[in-house]
Amino acid sequence: MSTTVISESSNNSLHPITAQLVGAASALGGSITIICPGGIGATDAAQISGVSKVISVEGGCFNTYDCIAWSESLSPLVKDDLILSSSSAMGRELISSIAATKGVPVVQDVTNLAEGLLVTRSIYSGKAIEEVRISSPCAISLRTNSFEAAGGGGSAEITTVNVSRDITVAVKQALTKAGERLDVSEADIIISGGRGMGEPSNFSHLYEVADALGAAVGASRAAVDTWDDIPHSMQVGQTGKTVTPNLYIAVGISGAIQHLAGMRSSKYILAINKDPEAPIFSVADYGIVATWEEALPVLKDQLSEILSS
Amino acid sequence: MGVAVLLKQVPDTTAKISVTGGRVDESSITKWSISPYDEYALENAIKLKESGYGDVVVITCGPARASKCLTEAAAVGADKLIHVVTESGSLDSIQIQALLSAAVKESSCDVVMCGKQAADTNSGSTGPGVASALGYSCVGAVTEVSIEGNVISATRLGPLGLEEVEVETPCVFTFDKGDTELRRPNVRGIMMAKKKPIDSLTSDDLGVDTSNSMVSVESHSSPPEKPPGQKFVGAESVPAVVNMLRNDANVI
Repeated sequence: MSTTVISESSNNSLHPITAQLVGAASALGGSITIICPGGIGATDAAQISGVSKVISVEGGCFNTYDCIAWSESLSPLVKDDLILSSSSAMGRELISSIAATKGVPVVQDVTNLAEGLLVTRSIYSGKAIEEVRISSPCAISLRTNSFEAAGGGGSAEITTVNVSRDITVAVKQALTKAGERLDVSEADIIISGGRGMGEPSNFSHLYEVADALGAAVGASRAAVDTWDDIPHSMQVGQTGKTVTPNLYIAVGISGAIQHLAGMRSSKYILAINKDPEAPIFSVADYGIVATWEEALPVLKDQLSEILSS
Repeated sequence: MGVAVLLKQVPDTTAKISVTGGRVDESSITKWSISPYDEYALENAIKLKESGYGDVVVITCGPARASKCLTEAAAVGADKLIHVVTESGSLDSIQIQALLSAAVKESSCDVVMCGKQAADTNSGSTGPGVASALGYSCVGAVTEVSIEGNVISATRLGPLGLEEVEVETPCVFTFDKGDTELRRPNVRGIMMAKKKPIDSLTSDDLGVDTSNSMVSVESHSSPPEKPPGQKFVGAESVPAVVNMLRNDANVI
């Protein structure tokens, strides 16, 4: 089966998920074409092993994000029976629109892809797993870090196409820039705080640990709902983000069912909570019954010690 | 003119999900609710109506139980209720979007609002898909909107951060959770909503062929149980745990 991969970019360069999309496509066999919206990362995309062709799509509409203008520019270039994208917010939106334009079904946030096409995804934010059969032609978005990335060393031909549809969504003003900090949906390690942190200013202690670990900082719904300073973009759980990092550290989070749904698939979970009966301990690989005031300073010291040695 | 709000009824986020015989047991779900992000769409639609922009038409696609979410929406101010009656879980995205688009066309609304994703599948395909099917513009992850003439200003979380954008109608907006407070129904609203008629439509009424779904569910399963973890008491156990994270788990 031949596949078109819609590349993902961040900070004007190719996002590593693109190589994971190629890895997933390679396992199915057939030729692989990468489409790079705005031409971003085309040279790097051509070096991913197993890619036959890169289409660098350049045009004025790629200067800002307009889902429909992008999809109308890209859709005519998609010739394959399988379309893959990342399941980032933009990846999902764009592939939905491309799928609708091409009249093919879309299945989102897939964690396993097998011939036939048999795909696996979690539903109810991880409270259940669903296996779905989907007939091609179709579009599928894949969850970050669920597929082995293809290696480098490729040398695919790059074709540049100039195409630009009219923008209908005009950006008037940038209000706040995307966080300098790593987003929870991108991170290998997450440290999250709940209402047990007492005050939003106490999240500074979580940031200190996060800095030592190169981790992202998340929050429970209770913390987001209680404190205006903790934005919804940090929320992990069923009405926030579903995350699967290698290590999830929950601090002062009791573990409501919505929160557990969003983080229980993490590879390892460390919970720090003063209440020995907190439900968070039921999913934790390592639980420490202590207040954050007692535990975080020790954690920070230990980390700086071992990470600097 | 007018705002169509696409609502999806989902198991309440506090509901336990159990799997029997390879399928999620829907009968064991005790509470169904409007998907949380759709509630923000509804609230913003009602605000737009209050600023003088036509009626709010709420549309849901789903089995008989889904009509309850229309009545709930009527209780906080929705004017017209449309239920596209389908079997649960048997349609693919193209079919769902075709049904919803046809219903929006019938309503003659030129503004469509829905959640950025539904709390059951977390897919987020419907908003942009319906926009493409209708030939409308689309703005995603919106937290606030205001209208002047046929130009709508919206605050959205784009790939580059929070932005203020302007777009002309017709347009689809998908909503994120912002600072907007959701209104709660009062007793009068609830009483009036019970009497509000629901316009039930089938796929035949809308002229949409739903016979051949390209997507079928093979099985559902419960997430694998984790083996019980290790629990320690007191901050003095932190060094030992850090050691295990580094040497046993290999994650730091």
